[in-house]
Amino acid sequence: MTVVREPIWDDAPSSRAQGVVRHFLKFLASLGWAARIMTESLAAFPSVAVRRNGRSDLMRQLYVTGIRTLPVMTVVSMFMGMILALQVGLELRRFNQEIYLGAAVMISLIREMGPFSCGMCLAACVGSAIAAELGTMKVNDEIAALEIMSIPPLRFLAAPRVMALVLMAPLLAFYCCVVGAIGGGVVGATQLGVDFEQYMASAMSIAEIKDLYVGLLKATVFGLVIGTVSVSEGLGTTMGATGVGKSTQRSVIVSFLLILIFGYMITRICYR
Amino acid sequence: MALIEFHNVVKKFGGNAVLDGVTFSVEKGEVLCVVGPSGTGKSVTLKHLVRLLTPTSGRVLVDGVDVAECDERSLAAIRRRVGYLFQGGALLAWMTVAENVALPLRECTSLTEEEIDERVKKALESVELASAADKYPAEISGGMQKRAGLARAIVRDSDIVLYDEPTSGLDPVTATTIHRLIIKLNKSLGITSVVVTHDLQSALGFADRILLLKDGRVAACDTPEKFTQSTNRDVVEFLAAMKGTLK
Repeated sequence: MTVVREPIWDDAPSSRAQGVVRHFLKFLASLGWAARIMTESLAAFPSVAVRRNGRSDLMRQLYVTGIRTLPVMTVVSMFMGMILALQVGLELRRFNQEIYLGAAVMISLIREMGPFSCGMCLAACVGSAIAAELGTMKVNDEIAALEIMSIPPLRFLAAPRVMALVLMAPLLAFYCCVVGAIGGGVVGATQLGVDFEQYMASAMSIAEIKDLYVGLLKATVFGLVIGTVSVSEGLGTTMGATGVGKSTQRSVIVSFLLILIFGYMITRICYR
Repeated sequence: MALIEFHNVVKKFGGNAVLDGVTFSVEKGEVLCVVGPSGTGKSVTLKHLVRLLTPTSGRVLVDGVDVAECDERSLAAIRRRVGYLFQGGALLAWMTVAENVALPLRECTSLTEEEIDERVKKALESVELASAADKYPAEISGGMQKRAGLARAIVRDSDIVLYDEPTSGLDPVTATTIHRLIIKLNKSLGITSVVVTHDLQSALGFADRILLLKDGRVAACDTPEKFTQSTNRDVVEFLAAMKGTLK
């Protein structure tokens, strides 16, 4: 698939109506472009293992996606767990039901907030970096150079990045749940008078294996969405440094929106 | 049959015709320099040869194959034959110079690592850059980056090399080095070259023919001797404008 493309229209619309129609068609075209990038990147996954340096490229991307985001993930999920525990715990205390604090925090984290906070961190830290990197490569003719060398940019650049996000997102989401639960337990023990062991027992009693699967599925979908959006925005960059800035910004905004939309849809499908 | 042919190529951007009926051909082993004022479509012409752009109308043929109309496989075959030196070198920032040069061999051939190393070493030596093999693009000068880009363009034994402003922004000494390399590659390897340049003085020294683009049209295409003696009004005007740069 050729990724260096000419714009569909490069002249100004002759009327406002034509401008609206063009905007709509461009939107449809961008959806098709993103869908093609996603399918071609997924189809190129086996090549990551097969091609020379493919595995080292993947390892580098796993490091960037997984290890480099750990400090941010830790802080975000810790505070998310603490806030959840404090808000829920104060309400439970009104009814003398603090013993359910662990269950309430765990169910929120594992079903929703763990994958959600992980997705937000990945979109902000990794997705933006991918869009900026590929965007800079595009405006510097590096993508065109790859195409001329008959090296498919999607196989060479997109597949290892998307694959790293898809692999790391569920692991990081699980990590966020664990850290968030610990954060909630600390707040429970220090501010709400809930014994940590009691908190953990309550948390473990309510968590079902289905919740874990759904949470991890959400995180995997978020990883795929962030990878697709950031790669398509990066490779679609035009107009030099300004274009790189816009692509980076758009990749974060679109990823955030799609995380919310897909998060709701998966919840709707899995919990009726 | 010529190796490269442009037949009445028109390219419009936003209704504005950057190329307006361009027709010329390049023979095998020839060095064609494309000159002209800024914005006359020199780089646009070059990009049509590898389908980075497609013509609004007209045909671009490489060895008889229509570049704009051919399927992906034929396009890949054409691109394998073509080396392209971009203005900025277009090196990948996270790879060393040697890794950049080795990239097309690693990704698109089944050569062993020893064979790749040997060819990379040879390519870097031919552009006088062997000492910078382990440096990253950010650690070398603009001229060295262009030479590294040139090594990458020729490492696959390309028989066509396209140069987009190979000496722009370089000091005269480095520019002379690049021009010397273009001549060397043409003479020793028989590479067909299309060079887009502003450096008319050097172009007159090494080109087999010089093509002047003006307002998206071919104003003249002649040998350097005939070009400098031409009575064509566009050529006379261009030479007069470039007078300060000619010795």
